[in-house]
Amino acid sequence: MNSGQPAEAPQSFYYNTGKYRGVLSWVLSTDHKRIGILYLLSVGAFFLTGVTLGLLMRLELIAPGKTVVNASTYDSLFTLHGIIMIFFFIIPGIPASLGNFFLPLMIGARDVAFPRLNLLSWWFYIVAGFLALATVVMPGGPPDVGWTFYPPYSIRTTTSVSLAAFAAFVVGFSSILTGLNFITTIHRLRAPGMGWLRMPLFPWALYATSWVQVLATPVLAITVLLLILERSFGVGFFDPVKGGDPLMFQHLFWIYSHPAVYIMILPAMGIISEVIPVFSRKAVFGYKAIVISTMAIGVVGYLVWGHHMFTTGMSEEAQLVFSLITFIVAVPSGIKVFNWVSTMYRGSIVMAPPMLFSLAFIFLFSIGGLTGLVNASVAANVHIHDTYFIVAHFHYVMFGGTGFAFFAGLHYWFPKMFGRIYNVRAALIACVVMFIGFNLLYFPLFILGWNGMPRRYYDYLPLYQPLNVLSTIGSWVLAAGILVVVINLVRGAFRGDPAGSNPWDGTTLEWQVPTPPPAENFDVIPEITHGPYHREGKAQ
Amino acid sequence: MNTSGGEITVHDKHVDYSGAKMGMWLFLFTELIFFGGMFLLYAVYRSSFPEEFYSTSAELHRTIGAVNTVVLITSSLTMACSITAVKKGDTRLSALFQLLTILFALTFLVVKYFEWEAKIGHGIYPGSEALTAQGQGKIIFYSLYFVMTGIHGVHVLAGIAVISVTMAMTLKNRINKGDYIRLENTGLYWHFVDIIWVYLFPLLYLIG
Repeated sequence: MNSGQPAEAPQSFYYNTGKYRGVLSWVLSTDHKRIGILYLLSVGAFFLTGVTLGLLMRLELIAPGKTVVNASTYDSLFTLHGIIMIFFFIIPGIPASLGNFFLPLMIGARDVAFPRLNLLSWWFYIVAGFLALATVVMPGGPPDVGWTFYPPYSIRTTTSVSLAAFAAFVVGFSSILTGLNFITTIHRLRAPGMGWLRMPLFPWALYATSWVQVLATPVLAITVLLLILERSFGVGFFDPVKGGDPLMFQHLFWIYSHPAVYIMILPAMGIISEVIPVFSRKAVFGYKAIVISTMAIGVVGYLVWGHHMFTTGMSEEAQLVFSLITFIVAVPSGIKVFNWVSTMYRGSIVMAPPMLFSLAFIFLFSIGGLTGLVNASVAANVHIHDTYFIVAHFHYVMFGGTGFAFFAGLHYWFPKMFGRIYNVRAALIACVVMFIGFNLLYFPLFILGWNGMPRRYYDYLPLYQPLNVLSTIGSWVLAAGILVVVINLVRGAFRGDPAGSNPWDGTTLEWQVPTPPPAENFDVIPEITHGPYHREGKAQ
Repeated sequence: MNTSGGEITVHDKHVDYSGAKMGMWLFLFTELIFFGGMFLLYAVYRSSFPEEFYSTSAELHRTIGAVNTVVLITSSLTMACSITAVKKGDTRLSALFQLLTILFALTFLVVKYFEWEAKIGHGIYPGSEALTAQGQGKIIFYSLYFVMTGIHGVHVLAGIAVISVTMAMTLKNRINKGDYIRLENTGLYWHFVDIIWVYLFPLLYLIG
């Protein structure tokens, strides 16, 4: 990309190749900006892989019975779709790509605290990605157990479960290293004068996320390791014949995987908290409330894993407590939604693509969040457990939430990353198409689930067909929207108009450096004298 | 975690001691939680099969376990001594203490090897016919024994590898009085590995 850079930015990091040339100057670079772009390309590739698998699943479900794939292929499809989307797209998606690129810029640092660990983390990610994809060609075939790896089936099946579990183990290292690096960076490398409450909200979100990454991921590591030992040596921890308990696997798995949901959504909320003030031309409403609710989500999110297991026969007391805490964790999320909406109130709203994606986020995330409360109440949960209602709920939160926020962030920071701007009109159209396609795809699933259609089957009763057809059509519309985004961004990176250093009139530090940023980010580390969303001459 | 001060400049290279230490502590948190998963299983299964846990625990060789505990705690002492030595500028003495630490660690693993060997010789290992024929509590106890001491053993092995590297760096004076954070962090890791054993020993050997 070096040759395509605008002439006025000769000192940009694209020109500083370091010790190596060509591809090596990327894959062996310790510059957080290069690693951020490496991550962006890799998570993008996995995202498109996951989308393709999802499209195939929806195509199979266009009619009852076998349509394009058989039952076992379908099982592998939803397993790989889950593993790829969860472990290789949503978890690292925002922190490792946009976070890596912008965290040091936003807190006035020259790099992260441990640049070499940062590179190592990307390599772990890539190795794990290849391991996960290698399951497809392994004898035994790709895993067919779902991304949750539940025993006893995951112990018995002859598919490549161990390899897939090992991939999750390795990508866990990548996640832990990123978290460890970001926490230390935020503690040690903030610019002089940037007290905790002068730190922008995206770094705050990354801070909370990083703690969850550090404190939850090891539980997944030991869980999948024990699963591998179970399959290899028959240790018996999850095998009832040997005195083990399969439910212990579920507990351990969700002790990680529920906090992981907050690893996925917190950085997304951080992006929205950056975008909305900039495009409302106002300081964010209730900065401290957002900070506190960010940390509260991180803490309370640890204590709710049991709500994935209401139907496993846990005690009523435990159900009650898990249900209550799950309701409580919705409060800080609600606070944030009110803060974002209040920020827009009486602001001068500029409807640029990042803002439109953020508005879509608020709408979709609210639906996802509120249906989460339906799941949280035990009685309703028993009715909708393992139905398409759950599938719809978490796609509204994870894709409608995190996915749309990822695109909001990408469109927001794209000019800073690549020095050029994409076609704004195409981006707005793509966002609308994605929004329509998304709702067509996932909203019918709420109704299907409520009416009792179970998830993870390639077949269904004929009465469910009309809504399934609608949903499959929605998947094509959504995919078309994504395609437009990808083409628009790739074209923009090479042929877009040069972007100035601050095209959106942002107030945070990353907009104060040249575009694209120089290798060392700041010639002189800035002195911070006011909050991150301060605008000159504006009442705050 | 001290967040103020602690910054020095060595050879024009910016070294943030507090940052490096903080990173290490965070890593140790992850290790603690990693082992925590196994301790959780131990707690649950011990409460399910208390009697069998006590009777099976009595089958382990207490004296050998105690010897290994002393060996490992002594290795923590020599590790601490190596850091004090480098702080005082005596890199050769520091390297010697690191060598002693490695030797103690190897002793620990050799003893552990014979302990495992004896059990496996009697047909007791996860998935074996002799063990599978036993009661459920006994199967789970032995599985926990092998998995927990095994994963701990892997950590000891990793410690040996890392201390070998720091020893070489100390001998080449790349770890010295002015820059010994790598050794200090290695020491933190090594003490952590010891502490895990300090919990494993009573929970596995002494409850019978």
